[in-house]
Amino acid sequence: MLRLILNRILGAIPTLFVIIGISFFMIRMAPGGPFDQERQLPEEIIANLNKVYHLDEPLYQQFGRYLWGILQGDFGPSFQYKDHTVSELIFQGFPVSLKIGGIAIVLAAIIGIFLGTIAALRQNTRVDYLIMGFSMTGITIPSFVMAPLLSLVIGVYLRLLPVGGWGDLKHMVLPIIALTLPQIAYIARLTRGSMIEVLRSNYIRTAKAKGLPERVILARHALRGALLPVVSYLGPATAGIITGSVVIEKIFGIPGIGRFFVLGALNRDYTLVMGVVVFYGIIIILFNLIVDILYGILDPKVRYE
Amino acid sequence: MSSHLNPLLHVENLSVDFEVGRKSLFSKPKLLHAITDVSFNLMPGETLGIVGESGCGKSTLGRAILNLVKISGGKVVLDGVDLGALSETELRKSRKDMQMIFQDPLASLNPRLNIKQIISEPLEIFFKELSKADIEKRVLEMMDVVGLSRSYINRYPHEFSGGQCQRIGIARAMIVRPKLLICDEAVSALDVSIQAQIVNLLMDLQKEFKTSIIFISHNLSVVRHISHRILVLYLGRMAELAEFSELYNHAHHPYTRALISAVPTPDPKISKEKKSTILMGDIPSPINPPSGCPFRTRCPKAQDLCAQVRPEFKDHGSNHFVACHFPD
Repeated sequence: MLRLILNRILGAIPTLFVIIGISFFMIRMAPGGPFDQERQLPEEIIANLNKVYHLDEPLYQQFGRYLWGILQGDFGPSFQYKDHTVSELIFQGFPVSLKIGGIAIVLAAIIGIFLGTIAALRQNTRVDYLIMGFSMTGITIPSFVMAPLLSLVIGVYLRLLPVGGWGDLKHMVLPIIALTLPQIAYIARLTRGSMIEVLRSNYIRTAKAKGLPERVILARHALRGALLPVVSYLGPATAGIITGSVVIEKIFGIPGIGRFFVLGALNRDYTLVMGVVVFYGIIIILFNLIVDILYGILDPKVRYE
Repeated sequence: MSSHLNPLLHVENLSVDFEVGRKSLFSKPKLLHAITDVSFNLMPGETLGIVGESGCGKSTLGRAILNLVKISGGKVVLDGVDLGALSETELRKSRKDMQMIFQDPLASLNPRLNIKQIISEPLEIFFKELSKADIEKRVLEMMDVVGLSRSYINRYPHEFSGGQCQRIGIARAMIVRPKLLICDEAVSALDVSIQAQIVNLLMDLQKEFKTSIIFISHNLSVVRHISHRILVLYLGRMAELAEFSELYNHAHHPYTRALISAVPTPDPKISKEKKSTILMGDIPSPINPPSGCPFRTRCPKAQDLCAQVRPEFKDHGSNHFVACHFPD
């Protein structure tokens, strides 16, 4: 197991290098630059700025400088938020996004797997149709509709919770609901599908013929197999959700990391975009590794030598 | 089998229908008659072979006896207890006495549990008083009995061959010492040489534990090796029931004769001399079974009577039962 983890970390290095390379040159190929403004700045100031941020050097030199910085854990200064380094911005925003996203995905997994299992057990009954109907709705309603609706109904009409801001628990409820609903829907559908397949398999019939109680059949025989597709979905989904959602953070006014993806790209904040992309890459690789390890635990046919 | 003993299993007019081809919510579903009016007794320690071509209801019969499918009519009495009258929980508890071995050995084992977990699970459910050490001891003993090396105990099903998987399945079924073991095509997925090993193993186990076995197979040459009596099914109905040698040498039903003549003979000389009866056509649909005798559509001896009156299943002497108007 330790060797698997080590191998994966070593294998991640070239992947990250490619990610860095592609995004580094792509963002610089986009028209415009970090210091473009509506009112043109004087030539000298632009030249000065470019010199301070090393934008006057040839590209390969900038790239080398950037790589060298990353190796030392330095993502460089932000071009837009002038008093902050990119690392500071990420580590201010990430705990917030991690908190909301982490709670949301755990809730979504528990509720989704539960609902999906019930739907599978009551296949083609009203309960099943109800859950799947809810699920389809959850998938089709986009977050930029769901989130304002939630804050309108619960925040404005019912005045139960604040519509936005960040501070204590009550600020987290609405964004978590908005993040969780579509995930519940998706996980419930996945669980239902694979559960139905597993419940039809021969070894479940064997378990019934053995005389096992239904709850043992479910917990011990069916669920482990049915969870494999859910686990492989949860990996990238978790990575996506804990790195924040622009829409949700914007609507509820949450100081998370998600907005930097969009703001960084729009402002041509080269270092911020790079930092966020590399950070996201690392998180994705990390969660895929976790999924692989879980696979080994859930499925004995998968053995890492 | 002496008749003064009480039978272990008593099956009476057992019928199983499936709903098929429901076109809309309002149309009446069609009924597929998988099993119709099957009755027989099984004595303690006896093996009953059930044969017939595919689709004749053999597997459904096995599952219906264990109440794994919904029974539409008749009853199954195991050891004096009517299984149909039991509650869900009572039925589950009575599964200790009736176990089943399935056709596809590998697919019937949970790929995520190791051998120890698979074999010990029934013990954990039915013998809650056993300690962990006792359970492991019994699992190891059972592995010896079925011929699995003790060193395999922590392995997973996919690491075994088909024959070994079937041994695991047998160990799993036999570890609770069931009174009745139903083998549903238990050897058809295996090599011929392995088939013999498994059949011999089942016979040894039967001697040791006095288990009654229902051995379901389409392969008459395997069935005759293990069975005391043989029941021939055709289209979900009983065609013929007799002791094995009686049936083999004096088959009365034309269908049974055809089945027997289809068994390959290893000696080519005999094989040439043997007049084989080859059945034409397919088994008719169990949704619209033929009137009268279900076999009349393919029977070489069919007459008008066969289409009008269903032949009774009656004794033709020496416990040889046949459902035919014109038995040989």
